[in-house]
Amino acid sequence: MSKNLEGTIRKICEECGNDRTRMMDIVRAVQAKFGGVSSEATDLIASLTKVHRVEVESVVSFYAFLSEKPKGNVVIRLCNDVVDKMHGVDEIAKIFSEELGIGFGETSADGYFTLEWAPCIGLCDQAPAALFNDVMVTNLTVEKAKDVMQKIKGNPDPTKLPAAYGLGDGNNANPLVQSMVTNCIKKTGEVLLCDVPADAGLKKALEKTPEEVIAEVETSKVRGRGGAGFPTGLKWKFTRGSAGKEKYVLCNADEGEPGTFKDRVLLTERAGLLFEGMTIAGYAVGAENGILYLRGEYAYLRAYLEDVLQKRRTAGLLGNNILGKNFNFDIRIQMGAGAYICGEESSLISSCEGLRGDPKNRPPFPPQQGYLKKPTTVNNVETFCSVSRILDQGGAWYAGIGSQGSSGTKLLSISGDCKAPGVYEYPFGVKISTILQDVGAENTQAVLVAGPSGQIIASDSFERTICYDDLATGGAIVIYNQDRDLLKIAHEYMEFFVEESCGYCTPCRVGNVLVMKALEKIMAGKGEPSDLEYLEKLGDTIKKTSRCGLGQTSPNPVLTTLKNFRALYESLVKPAEDGLQPDFDIKAAVSQAEALAGRSSVIY
Amino acid sequence: MSETITFTIDGVEVKGQAGQTIMQAADTAGIYIPRLCFLEGSIPHGSCRVCTVMVNGRPQAACVQPIAEGIVVENETDEIRQMRKDLVEMLFVEGNHYCMFCDKSGNCELQAMAYRFGILQPKYPYLFPVREVDASHPHIYIDKNRCILCGRCVQASMDIDGKHVFDFVGRGPEKKIKVNAVARLADTKLDLTDKACDVCPVGAILKKGVGYAVPVGKRLYDKNPIGSDIEAQKK
Repeated sequence: MSKNLEGTIRKICEECGNDRTRMMDIVRAVQAKFGGVSSEATDLIASLTKVHRVEVESVVSFYAFLSEKPKGNVVIRLCNDVVDKMHGVDEIAKIFSEELGIGFGETSADGYFTLEWAPCIGLCDQAPAALFNDVMVTNLTVEKAKDVMQKIKGNPDPTKLPAAYGLGDGNNANPLVQSMVTNCIKKTGEVLLCDVPADAGLKKALEKTPEEVIAEVETSKVRGRGGAGFPTGLKWKFTRGSAGKEKYVLCNADEGEPGTFKDRVLLTERAGLLFEGMTIAGYAVGAENGILYLRGEYAYLRAYLEDVLQKRRTAGLLGNNILGKNFNFDIRIQMGAGAYICGEESSLISSCEGLRGDPKNRPPFPPQQGYLKKPTTVNNVETFCSVSRILDQGGAWYAGIGSQGSSGTKLLSISGDCKAPGVYEYPFGVKISTILQDVGAENTQAVLVAGPSGQIIASDSFERTICYDDLATGGAIVIYNQDRDLLKIAHEYMEFFVEESCGYCTPCRVGNVLVMKALEKIMAGKGEPSDLEYLEKLGDTIKKTSRCGLGQTSPNPVLTTLKNFRALYESLVKPAEDGLQPDFDIKAAVSQAEALAGRSSVIY
Repeated sequence: MSETITFTIDGVEVKGQAGQTIMQAADTAGIYIPRLCFLEGSIPHGSCRVCTVMVNGRPQAACVQPIAEGIVVENETDEIRQMRKDLVEMLFVEGNHYCMFCDKSGNCELQAMAYRFGILQPKYPYLFPVREVDASHPHIYIDKNRCILCGRCVQASMDIDGKHVFDFVGRGPEKKIKVNAVARLADTKLDLTDKACDVCPVGAILKKGVGYAVPVGKRLYDKNPIGSDIEAQKK
């Protein structure tokens, strides 16, 4: 082992206290330093953190951003989400590949560049987009792609790129962010994207008892903004009520649902409001520690967020005796490393504990036993931001906004075929048709509500409303016009779920592959009418038997298009005239035997 | 004495102790809930999902779901039987299971489960994965073609043997069992006497030198279906 490798790894592990629960930070740091976590590095990390080497391999092999094999100095991850494909990413891919002389999944011979595909990186409003290490490169056109390639080949330092193309608005131009990402805020509302007074909610919260804070949150009727919609007040009550002194507040900033990017904007422009909300949660549930789990793709925001945290510590808003009260709370940032499943709360906890992002068996639920087996509340970025506002303006004020059963506003990330993609803040109860008009969508064939784990709806549902009782959503809305091939889109989303399944349980690991294969068969014109029922039954089994929310929703792109666009499927399937399976090619099957025998089959 | 909890499985009243899972209470009552990944004495893995039951109309894994007063559990309905068949068929097509020349035939829980459910041929297309065989160890070999990723070897090695010889690597369809060495089973601390060598429900981890010692016809599930030992407990 080289002295450099050994010394560096020892230092990295030591900085993490040789603590196995910090494994994510350790392997991320080793990956960043050496381009990969080699077998030698694995052995050393294992011995320093007192785990088995296979446990380190188990973690490294789970996350897309980590690898045993060294990657190039500059890892280029081009987003191949459906929306990026709609905006011509295939052409961009060709340019990248040609300019670098490597295919996807390859590293250049000089070790400078690695080219990879990435699922949704949170920039559907600025697609096609790519990550160059931690640097976001947005709105790629053919010209821009060629230009970016010239620049990066001339100077393989991606941090120089944003300035060359102009920094984004707001905090995107902050010296600690320096990103070309723009906020794309298209509609502000009265809760989150309006002017918000700093820490007004926290100050009022600390005047109350923790129970009164929870009561205020319950009065507001705010529900989880990540998508599942669990009442926040109730979750906090459970966490507070659980036995044990040590409790945790976790913020889920792992928005990975294809088409979602609203938390990106909150993290950029409302970081103070977010940390304020986490602090209020800490006070309410009785926790002294919080963790912001930030998706690996948003690493470009990390330095800025750390700075916001530091300033809050200096201002007495974090740390000991917050605002002079007998209340201590602090927050650390845990980086993810490219795994959609970590947006599932128990997977997120696993990842924070330095493990593979496998979901956990429930019960126990996180409020009973979460992070390090301690009572934990996991809430979405938007939920925490909303709570800060609720404590400032009052639960009743918040409950008065929105619709029956769905109080407050919802940030929607809207992209696809529309004139004005971006983030919109609507009160709950807004109709799809209103949204389509606001974003300038024309000739709309279908709308994806709540991302691929949600549903693809047809025009007969455009008068339906966004709320927990009708069209529930974590925020992703993608619009498809009449020219789009919905089966192809459904297939791309199934590919995403296959790629992102953790593989723990049978139905999700195997079933989604089978759904994809059946869909491919139909798309190839080899499907029979019975295949539609086959897909429905298969999807039903996956949804009912899967262990976590991923598998419980993953067949939705196919199931909801089958339900809402059945004619598309029916036009592709036909009964086999000869009674044989249409996808079985007898000629191909006997060809090998023919070659061996040196003659053609007389029957076929 | 712990609290007694009363609930029903398929309409039959069952009594269990607080803290028990549905599977534990059902076992005691002589009601068999099919399962593949469950390993007696270890924390339930909850991965195969074959033990899925309906609890008050919602699907839950019986191996992890605690009992509660008055819950209505459905175990043997057409819907559940179909879902379980689907899961077992998924496991068959996911790997390469050639029962006719597998050492484990007759003692294999996956095969026995298929027989119990009357599965003759999976309705799903075979995926024919390319998987490795590791025969480096002098006494034990791993044939990953047959692995169903139940995690029993991982758990037994960790919880019972205190060794951590196995763990999972990769994710999604690429998830697989890996040994605690650079590559070979021979380079691990696995011993023939380890519990981890005895718990594989299929023929993925087998001992060398004892193949076919018990002839077909005298094997575990040759005469009685899997689960009949539990069903024999029924009063």
